[in-house]
Amino acid sequence: MSERVAVRKTYKLFIGGKFPRSESGRSYLVQSANVSLASRKDARDAVVAARAAVKGWAGATAYNRGQILYRVAEMLEGRREQFVALGVPGDEVDAATDRWVWYAGWSDKLPQVYGGANPVAGPYFNLSAPEPTGVVAVVAPEAPALLGLVSVIAPAIVTGNTVVVAASPAAPLAAVTLAEVLATSDLPGGVVNILTGRLPETVPTLAAHMDVNAIDLTGVADPELAADLEVRAAENLKRVLRPVPDDHDWSSDPGVGRMTALLETKTVWHPKGI
Amino acid sequence: MTATATSARSDLSELGRSETALRTFLHGLPGVDQVGAEQRAAQLGTRSIKTTAKAQAIDLAIRMVDLTTLEGADTPGKVRALAAKALRPDPADPSCPHVGAVCVYPAMVPYVAEVLRGSKVHLASVATSFPSGQAPLEIKLADTRAAVEAGADEIDMVINRGAFLAGRYAEVYDEIVATKQACGDAHLKVILETGELATYDNVRRASWLAMLAGGDFIKTSTGKVPVAATLPVTLVMLEAVRDFRAATGRQVGVKPAGGIKTTKDAIKYLVMVNETVGPDWLDPDWFRFGASSLLNDLLMQRTKLTTGVYAGPDYFTLD
Amino acid sequence: MFEYAPAPESRSVVDIKPSYGLFIDGTFVDPADGGSFKSINPSSEEVLAEIAEGGAQDVDRAVRAARKAYDKVWGPMPGRDRAKYLYRIARIIQERSRELAVLESLDNGKPIKESRDVDLPLVAAHFFYYAGWADKLPHAGFGANPQPLGVAAQVIPWNFPLLMLAWKIAPALAAGNTVVLKPAETTPLTALLFAEICQQAELPAGVVNIVTGAGETGRALVEHDGVDKVAFTGSTDVGRAIARAVAGSRKKLTLELGGKAANIVFDDAPVDQAVEGIVNGIFFNQGHVCCAGSRLLVQESVAEQVLDSLKRRMAQLRVGDPLDKNTDIGAINSAAQLARIRELTEAGAAEGAERWSPPCELPDRGFWFAPTIFTGVTQAHRIAREEIFGPVLSVLTFRTPAEAVEKANNTPYGLSAGIWTEKGSRILWMADRLRAGVVWANTFNKFDPTSPFGGYKESGYGREGGRHGLEAYLNV
Repeated sequence: MSERVAVRKTYKLFIGGKFPRSESGRSYLVQSANVSLASRKDARDAVVAARAAVKGWAGATAYNRGQILYRVAEMLEGRREQFVALGVPGDEVDAATDRWVWYAGWSDKLPQVYGGANPVAGPYFNLSAPEPTGVVAVVAPEAPALLGLVSVIAPAIVTGNTVVVAASPAAPLAAVTLAEVLATSDLPGGVVNILTGRLPETVPTLAAHMDVNAIDLTGVADPELAADLEVRAAENLKRVLRPVPDDHDWSSDPGVGRMTALLETKTVWHPKGI
Repeated sequence: MTATATSARSDLSELGRSETALRTFLHGLPGVDQVGAEQRAAQLGTRSIKTTAKAQAIDLAIRMVDLTTLEGADTPGKVRALAAKALRPDPADPSCPHVGAVCVYPAMVPYVAEVLRGSKVHLASVATSFPSGQAPLEIKLADTRAAVEAGADEIDMVINRGAFLAGRYAEVYDEIVATKQACGDAHLKVILETGELATYDNVRRASWLAMLAGGDFIKTSTGKVPVAATLPVTLVMLEAVRDFRAATGRQVGVKPAGGIKTTKDAIKYLVMVNETVGPDWLDPDWFRFGASSLLNDLLMQRTKLTTGVYAGPDYFTLD
Repeated sequence: MFEYAPAPESRSVVDIKPSYGLFIDGTFVDPADGGSFKSINPSSEEVLAEIAEGGAQDVDRAVRAARKAYDKVWGPMPGRDRAKYLYRIARIIQERSRELAVLESLDNGKPIKESRDVDLPLVAAHFFYYAGWADKLPHAGFGANPQPLGVAAQVIPWNFPLLMLAWKIAPALAAGNTVVLKPAETTPLTALLFAEICQQAELPAGVVNIVTGAGETGRALVEHDGVDKVAFTGSTDVGRAIARAVAGSRKKLTLELGGKAANIVFDDAPVDQAVEGIVNGIFFNQGHVCCAGSRLLVQESVAEQVLDSLKRRMAQLRVGDPLDKNTDIGAINSAAQLARIRELTEAGAAEGAERWSPPCELPDRGFWFAPTIFTGVTQAHRIAREEIFGPVLSVLTFRTPAEAVEKANNTPYGLSAGIWTEKGSRILWMADRLRAGVVWANTFNKFDPTSPFGGYKESGYGREGGRHGLEAYLNV
């Protein structure tokens, strides 16, 4: 009997909960697969999708968001071998799964740790609470392919932001496979959008986009590009997370900094009287 | 608190004479807490209506349907077929009751009247430049008179939402009074278009305004804006007719319209009527559904109860 | 008339065994002295199962198992892994929620719509919430490296059997403690099913131990030398006895006790929602709620209208079979509780308050009490001072906000309070002055795992729920 001929997978973009090809019709070769080469227009479409998802996602209860992130962990655990086949070490998949669990639990706790009553000197109730900033553009780190990606997406979305992620050009297959996990985890379409391709093509568009509220430059290795992106981001005063050093240890305790950097604090005053 | 119980009945009839009196009264109505009202409506929606109760509810709901078509594309042929269906919703089953009324545009009234003549099915016509109501008053009144002359015995008017939202309550009131006069003996249903009123406080105020001005029914929606009838809006309106009767002794009907498509939905409304205003309103004279596709779902469920088998849409007429 | 046909939830989703042992060290075992008692269905008085009665030896065995699990497994386990077990438990509860809800209604008498729509979702949510804390304790505000206490002895009441279990076990386990829990003698069944869920989750043996029994079993547990922490929910009298018993020991103690909450309605309240809130406040769970709004304080200017609306609404309440999906008020949990409700209501009538109930047909078998209100009640009446723990509302009036506060606070209890007014500043002014651990405004009887719950004064001390709820199980 002849050997069975394998069915190959097509790797596409992830925008608004769907998997479109790049509108440009282009692709590039990575690990023997043709991966979509996203264009500026794809980046723009992704921002539109991310913006459309903000109301529902930020408005969902923290409990609901936590359940969905935990569901992502459940689905990722079940697809462990798929990532291993792409060359992601098993330990890294495990760590990425645990990272989803860690962030899932933060959805309904961060406001308790990071907000609270303010004892103002007067007859006023005064309460500060964090709110998501909105649409966040994220440049994923080049490595570790999966843990790095999860470590930048999860803290952004757990609080109610939506993201447009520029995947690492060198490791797009793990990113698209993660998109398949997200698409089957009850995560509403548009909360996470993933662009594969060349950073210089999509990221400047995202950095300059006036309907993006924050940008995470974690994966930008070139200091000059990073500075240029930061300048673009200044136009509408995007919140900026600067690149992390090459030797950053992604397996260490992530702390709360990545979440709080993408939050606004809202303080409410109300008089007390009869 | 409620304008109910203690207010003297004669006081209310005087309210319409002054903009200030109307405003003071309407703004003095108790507020509606949105979260609480929606929770109550949702809670009533969890009632489980089975077997005999379900059969009873389905037949009652059929009798309460205002079978409606309000399209630019309506033709004499289309509305005649609809009227025939109103008389005999399920030709295969003579025990199936007829609907409450047929509801059409004024121009279609004569064709429907031919079919319904001699039956107990009412003929409702929308009027007053439905659905926007954005026309001079004399045109709206002429619209109303024409519909009545053509044979409508129920008129579904729209309130002037622009005037209401601008706080010109007397203007809204006077229009309803004038339309009621133009109706003659025909019953007047006043469409509040709750989707445009935005808040439950406004729904309560508009309900009282319509009742004070003489409306026989208050109706949620035209079906022509994105948000039509909802359970909580209907709850607030039911509370209003309940309190109005307590205050004045006059009973006013309620008609949720638009968006009610399934038997399950309809039963939720009946449960709400039952537990909010009681059996006095569980009658086609006092509660109606403005709907079109609802009827076929009621018929399918009715067949399911008698045959034990789920029916399919192919077995019911499409009119 | 629109009569609702019976709509019973199916009993067949749950398998009740003829008898249950004690759950110690991961398995069901017979008690040392072989004693047992029966758990009955309060709506029919039918025996549901034979339950082992744990004695002092059994308690000792359970505490030792918990200690061993604490020392060897659960204490040293990273928070990340404890979290995963708690998430598993939360998921299994979600998956088996109908079974648990039916069992809860059978054993407790509460309406299925409450066990299904309130108790079970909250139980799962509570485990889910505290699972998330297990790996985040350094962020909880109790220092950089807070430590668990050890073995927790937990005694819970019969009004929300599984929910109170969740309130106790979830934070204890998240913080790294192991537990020995004693459910109430009239409602042990869902706790025993929970033990099976622990097995299904492969929770290490000894982390959760369930010892069934009555007051003596509970006493042996809280007085055991091997426990580091005592948590109790129940009556103020028993709470006081426990406080005495642990005095002078190292045991950390939290108590969630009785209440006599004021539900305060102002003349500008959203009246229809206020009436719903009053009904929910006192008739939810047959009034077997420590934070029930059992004293209605209504502003005198609107008292008559509010009472008219309230009576009209009460006439819609459906009392009967707890498993019927349309039942609003189920059975009183036990003959003893029914006797107590009767005694206090008779005292209310004898002291001159006016009693009213809607027309209401009660089943012949089982323990039932019609929803009841008393008007013309004064602060001096027993029904205004003592916790009735039943579907009985005492109505008092007030004239000014200050008088409302004064009356609301004029009780040894301080668990909860309600305020109904459309005026925000008055809500906050009132909330500042009410001596109660939970204040609900324009709502009542709302619970959430993120929100701390607990009392002032003789309603107990410590808080359950939220970040604050961790404190009871950490060495801080």
